Amino acid sequence: MLGGRAFESRLIVGTGKYSSPELMADALAASATELVTVALRRIDLDAPSNPITDFIDGSKYLLLPNTSGATTAREAVRLAQLAASAGLPTWIKVEVIPDPRYLMPDPLETLKACEILVKAGFTVLPYIQADPVLAKRLEDVGTAAVMPLASPIGSGRGLKMKAALEIIIEQSTVPVIVDAGLGVPSHAAAAMELGADAVLVNTAIAAAAHPARMAEAFRLGVLAGRAAWLAGRAPELTYAAASSPLTGFLSGAR
Amino acid sequence: MRAALESGASADAQAAQAAVSGGVPSLEAAAALLSPAGSDMLEDLAQIAHRMTVARFGKTIAMYAPLYLSNQCACTCTYCGFSMGLNIRRKTLTRDEISREAVTLAERGFRNILLVSAEHPKYVNVDYVCRSIEEVKKVSPYVGLEIAAADEEQYRAYVASGCDGVVLYQETYDPAIYARHHLGGPKKKYHWRLDALERAGAAGVRHLGVGALLGLADWRFEALALLWHARYLERRCWRSQINVSFPRINPAAGGFVADHPVDDRQLVQLLCLFRLALPTAGIALSTRETPQLRDRLVPLGITHMSAGSSTEPGGYGAPGSAGKQFELEDTRTPAEVKAALERMGYDAVFKDWEVMPAASAST
Repeated sequence: MLGGRAFESRLIVGTGKYSSPELMADALAASATELVTVALRRIDLDAPSNPITDFIDGSKYLLLPNTSGATTAREAVRLAQLAASAGLPTWIKVEVIPDPRYLMPDPLETLKACEILVKAGFTVLPYIQADPVLAKRLEDVGTAAVMPLASPIGSGRGLKMKAALEIIIEQSTVPVIVDAGLGVPSHAAAAMELGADAVLVNTAIAAAAHPARMAEAFRLGVLAGRAAWLAGRAPELTYAAASSPLTGFLSGAR
Repeated sequence: MRAALESGASADAQAAQAAVSGGVPSLEAAAALLSPAGSDMLEDLAQIAHRMTVARFGKTIAMYAPLYLSNQCACTCTYCGFSMGLNIRRKTLTRDEISREAVTLAERGFRNILLVSAEHPKYVNVDYVCRSIEEVKKVSPYVGLEIAAADEEQYRAYVASGCDGVVLYQETYDPAIYARHHLGGPKKKYHWRLDALERAGAAGVRHLGVGALLGLADWRFEALALLWHARYLERRCWRSQINVSFPRINPAAGGFVADHPVDDRQLVQLLCLFRLALPTAGIALSTRETPQLRDRLVPLGITHMSAGSSTEPGGYGAPGSAGKQFELEDTRTPAEVKAALERMGYDAVFKDWEVMPAASAST
């Protein structure tokens, strides 16, 4: 459940960086996703047709507009309002990113933007640094989920923020969607094994040599990780569990 | 930097190999990659540059178009077709003419327009620039400027009018050579120009474009200086995206001949080095280069391309009514460039920006 809506798939995918809209559509289908994020700055809201949204079947996928390009709360709020007035879903992925190199989100402006957008009736999903206190603050404001990063966007470096993600997952009462930095399906599986509710993947699929095949691989990775979380893993030990105890000869001598 | 250049000049294959496998190169490692030893490893460099570009930018190319506002110029520069003494037809577009040019470009699909102008304080002053930005902003969500260096207050005014980026090429980073080519007018001031992008960044300009006009000085020196400048700006202007470009001198009115011509192999070496050394920088490639070369350079690190460009004021609506800055090599239409990109497996992105003017955006 996310924002009062049930989803079968726990894989959310992005729409940037594809070499053609057709390849993107194939990858979306192969991923079996139901939630697709799209950058508002790439869409011409006044135009009758668009290179991205024309290729996204509204009956299969819920469109999740994002505020990529915004560097302040006000810019993010304006983008969300533009999207809503153009008839897009009132779901919004809040991205407030002042740093063009590592693309790190601004925690203060993100919180501010989320407060405004939740009050305005949006279903708000904020992209954040893996900061457990910020995650709780956003939950208090009323966001539908939190979306902490695993490592910098597009870096493919995997769960560099693992220790912080574990705290966020432990404490959260809203869904935790691990977003950004997942480079291969094993990263996505590992995030799901930690107990994440879903993951968001874009670059790892779009920039793969075969995007549709990689989308399928991520679908399987997410399923495997989720199944493992539900199965409950055996404890991790630093030593082997001996089958022949060294103190066995003492039995009965107590 | 001179020391890095000297050490780089004698770099051997081992040093170049170490530089290429050591992650983002230092200035010294960059010098090794620019050396003849680096040239021997060009294919390796190109493969890495390609992978890094796809990872960061995907298989997409952002499309833009220049819109020339004026060729009236108070500067005397040896290589430029707008240079003050030259006998060409001079023109500064009126607001209506600017609007017509912008609408023509928008009809061709462009949503990223770069306003370009020669430097004449009488015809192209702050007010004129601000009105021009506002006019073009009506049809294009992204408006950049490639005009005279300005002070911070002027840059603030441009940002308030909707300026999203400033491109300002140093032309050459060698002060003595700079002096030999910039003989008169406000552009003579080397340091005023050198510091301009930092002022623009301080004023809130979101995209800063640095570049050197290849052919004026030794290309290896220019490359290292440009890299140093870009990295300096990355630290100082942490909110601004840094973009780079390496235009080569093309034929223009005045018949200038470059002292230090850069061949295609050297241009590729330069391009690959910049992708390795500045993994997040945009790299623009204009229609100065031939269609054949432009297509081949795309996978090596290019992120922005112009198409169907005109370098004369009013050249889209009424071509032939004013002198042009230089001759263009790639005269394909935007649709033809888009089709060529698609054949190579690249998506030509015309719109990638939607942000309101910063003045009203301040929180």
